[in-house]
Amino acid sequence: MTKIHVTSEINGDEVEFLTEPNVSLLNALRDEVGLTGVKEGCGTGDCGACSVLLNDELNAACLVFAPEADGAEILTVEGLSDGDHLHPLQQCFLEGAALQCGICTPGFLVAAKALLDKNPDPTETEIRYALAGNLCRCTGYDKIIRAVQDAAAQMQEA
Amino acid sequence: MALAEDTNPMQGFKWVGSRPIRPDGFDKVTGRAKFGADLVLPGMLTGAVLRSPHAHAEIVSIDTSDAEAMPGVKSVVTGADFPEPYGKPAEQDVQRNVMAREKALYEGHVIAAVAALTREQARAALGAIKVTYKVLPHVMNVTEAMADSAVVIHDNMITKNVDPAPEAPSNVASRTVFDGGELDKGFAEADVVVEREFTTKPVHQGYIEPHAAVADTTPDGRSTVWCSSQGHFAMRTYTSNVLGWDASRLKVIPAEIGGGFGGKTVIYLEPLAVRLSQKAGRPVRIVMDRDEVFRASGPTSGASLRVKIGAKNDGTITAADVWMAFEAGAFAGSPVGAASMTALAPYKLENFKIEGFDVVVNKPKVAAYRAPGAPISSFGVESVLDEVATKVGMDPIDFRMHNAVEQGDTATYGPKFPVIGFKETLQAIKDHPNYTAELGPNQGRGVASGFWFNAGMNSTATVNINDDGTATVVTGSPDIGGSRASMALMAAEELGIDVVSIKPVVADTETVGFNDVTGGSRVTLATGAAVVEACRIIVADLKARAAKGWDIEADQVEWVDGRAQPIDGSQPAVSLAELAKNWGRTGGPISATYSHNARGVGAAFSTQVCDLEVDPDTGRVTVLRYLTAQDAGRAIHPSYVEGQLQGGVAQGIGWALNEEYIHNDDGVMENPGFLDYRIPVASDLPMIDTVIVEVPNPAHPYGVRGVGEVGIVPPLAAVANAVAAAADRRITDLPLSPVRILDAILNSED
Ligand code: FES
Ligand code: FES
Repeated sequence: MTKIHVTSEINGDEVEFLTEPNVSLLNALRDEVGLTGVKEGCGTGDCGACSVLLNDELNAACLVFAPEADGAEILTVEGLSDGDHLHPLQQCFLEGAALQCGICTPGFLVAAKALLDKNPDPTETEIRYALAGNLCRCTGYDKIIRAVQDAAAQMQEA
Repeated sequence: MALAEDTNPMQGFKWVGSRPIRPDGFDKVTGRAKFGADLVLPGMLTGAVLRSPHAHAEIVSIDTSDAEAMPGVKSVVTGADFPEPYGKPAEQDVQRNVMAREKALYEGHVIAAVAALTREQARAALGAIKVTYKVLPHVMNVTEAMADSAVVIHDNMITKNVDPAPEAPSNVASRTVFDGGELDKGFAEADVVVEREFTTKPVHQGYIEPHAAVADTTPDGRSTVWCSSQGHFAMRTYTSNVLGWDASRLKVIPAEIGGGFGGKTVIYLEPLAVRLSQKAGRPVRIVMDRDEVFRASGPTSGASLRVKIGAKNDGTITAADVWMAFEAGAFAGSPVGAASMTALAPYKLENFKIEGFDVVVNKPKVAAYRAPGAPISSFGVESVLDEVATKVGMDPIDFRMHNAVEQGDTATYGPKFPVIGFKETLQAIKDHPNYTAELGPNQGRGVASGFWFNAGMNSTATVNINDDGTATVVTGSPDIGGSRASMALMAAEELGIDVVSIKPVVADTETVGFNDVTGGSRVTLATGAAVVEACRIIVADLKARAAKGWDIEADQVEWVDGRAQPIDGSQPAVSLAELAKNWGRTGGPISATYSHNARGVGAAFSTQVCDLEVDPDTGRVTVLRYLTAQDAGRAIHPSYVEGQLQGGVAQGIGWALNEEYIHNDDGVMENPGFLDYRIPVASDLPMIDTVIVEVPNPAHPYGVRGVGEVGIVPPLAAVANAVAAAADRRITDLPLSPVRILDAILNSED
């Protein structure tokens, strides 16, 4: 199969990679670009572990074909922090013990960023529904929700 | 070893009980942490697994020649590439589960595996493997499997622990019985007797990370395996057993683990990856798809139960009779034994009988799931207790308090309880505002308690002091939910240095002494105690070095706040950092290792209360409030203790309300994905309120009890009891899905 040449801006850098047309953006990011912070929990759009921002919109990378990302801006968990300065969400997840095993964490961070970008002061219910596409089996969500609330408050102050 | 002598649980701590950022946290919030599927090796191939489409079938022939000739395919393995099953029956079961031999025993059972240059090539090759099956009738639940006319899955299965032993094989692997006193007398004394039958469905641990393994087998006949598991030493033992290799030929390196809950204490992919890599001469990575995780790994048992309990009008339980049959999946080994031992453990009982059956069916071999078996037996017992309490007119907490075991009582499974904190959990619930919060129409409150043994087992820890005054703490216990943080906190407390100066490491099978799996809620207890003891050896060494410098006896030196000082104050104190800097002149490297088989496991109890609302038009349940009180002994890092409590509750709520394996008439799973196997999402749950009760375990230097498991024991009954209260009718089959509740509402007599 002939490979397709894709150029995207990934985490602020222009990145080129080759992909077959039927490969998911998730597999391309992990296997071709080397961004293994993007996780696969299901491959069918049901768990949110592969959450990325595609042109500022939250997407399950497992449901996007890699060639669709040509010309797009992509943000993954690897692009959240600013150099060695953590994003408030990352800091609040750490301080609030909002991860146990941590496999869901990259997806939650990206999904929570997508929420706060649009709604900087969400209610608990809004957070719960905004993150309902992200599965966590370890935490019971309590500390994740609180970490997002804390990050929102901090970002409001800043 | 006399850990207990060192115990002074009431002392003030500097680090233990604080909430620092976990040492592995930065890697996990930035995407750096390497989980099972994240490792890439040069030249690595991708593996894929062919699985049986039938629930029960004879494998007549397998032809892999076409697949081997396909582009990119580098190796193919089938049962013929592994030794004939040998050794103990349980070992043979693992050998047959990893790779089917004569028969496929469940839909998803491994038939063959392929390694190719790309994922797509590997998958295409699976389609080219020709398998001829002779499909056999299947049995899918305990009722079918125990029927006289049932098709027998294993023709050599003679039920154990039945006297006289049956002559004919059956699907019943074994029977277990625990009893005491006289049942008839106990029921005769009762003023109130309630008897109910219950069923539960198989449910999956539901870890978000699918199983993954990478193997690199070299021409010298050795292999290095990277995998995500709850215990790489166990993976080495099991994998080498399946391969027929000496364990020393395998080195297993732990990846970060994306959830396990018991389901990653077993092997699936590792031997396949090793053999595929050996045949191809290149590294091979295999990662399960989510549907493979559901079809072929871990669920815990579905079960049928009958529970009969009698009590006097004053609330004293006089007799309990429990009958249970558990699905084991295709091989013996359901957790019915643990379910039997835990079923009535929280209560003082003279007259009781608990009879359990381990039954094989054509479903995946069950794996451990958080307090294996206990949630199921507890569901039946705590549901009936709820009805008994109502009938005798007692508050459910008061009723349990009246019958609760305490130190010195004999457990229904035999031993006497040491120091335990069950009553304290009951009191904590009673004292909490949730317990008296007002309820509206269609709302109900349910209470339940639970018990879990916790495990000790084997652990090794090595502590190395670095020249810069920091310490590296090396263990072999995979960190599944923050245990690096608790190791670091205990080491900081012992050594008297800042917790950020402690670097906890989870090392591979060739770098640290043996550690059993991260399971049985044992790591903070057993591996933690090994860390503490290794630190104490270090401190003794440091005191001796300081004493030598001062030319006094070591016993004239004390260790205070990370410094050695003469007891008489005759010299200025010298810090760990200063002693570390001078190690070359004072006796060489400062390092200590401590290994033990941990004793004095602290039993764990939990009591929970659930408030929920049932929508009478749709049958949908909304959980309004949830409170759990659990005896942690001592919370080393309270945030991660709370996290364990909350996580157990969330899984239990899913089990109670939504989760179930659904099979069609052909024995094929119909919901092998997170869309149709619905685990709780954030919008399904409220905040989960916790009370950490601390009744220290005298056998641990800081009083730790395991905290991981017992939290999942009460929710099934707590939710069911709340639904019974809210809907004014009791449903005894899980899950309490909207359909089932609506059905009960529409079809009830009243
Ligand atoms: S891996 Fe994409 S949603 Fe689960
Ligand atoms: S922390 Fe394990 S799945 Fe969320």
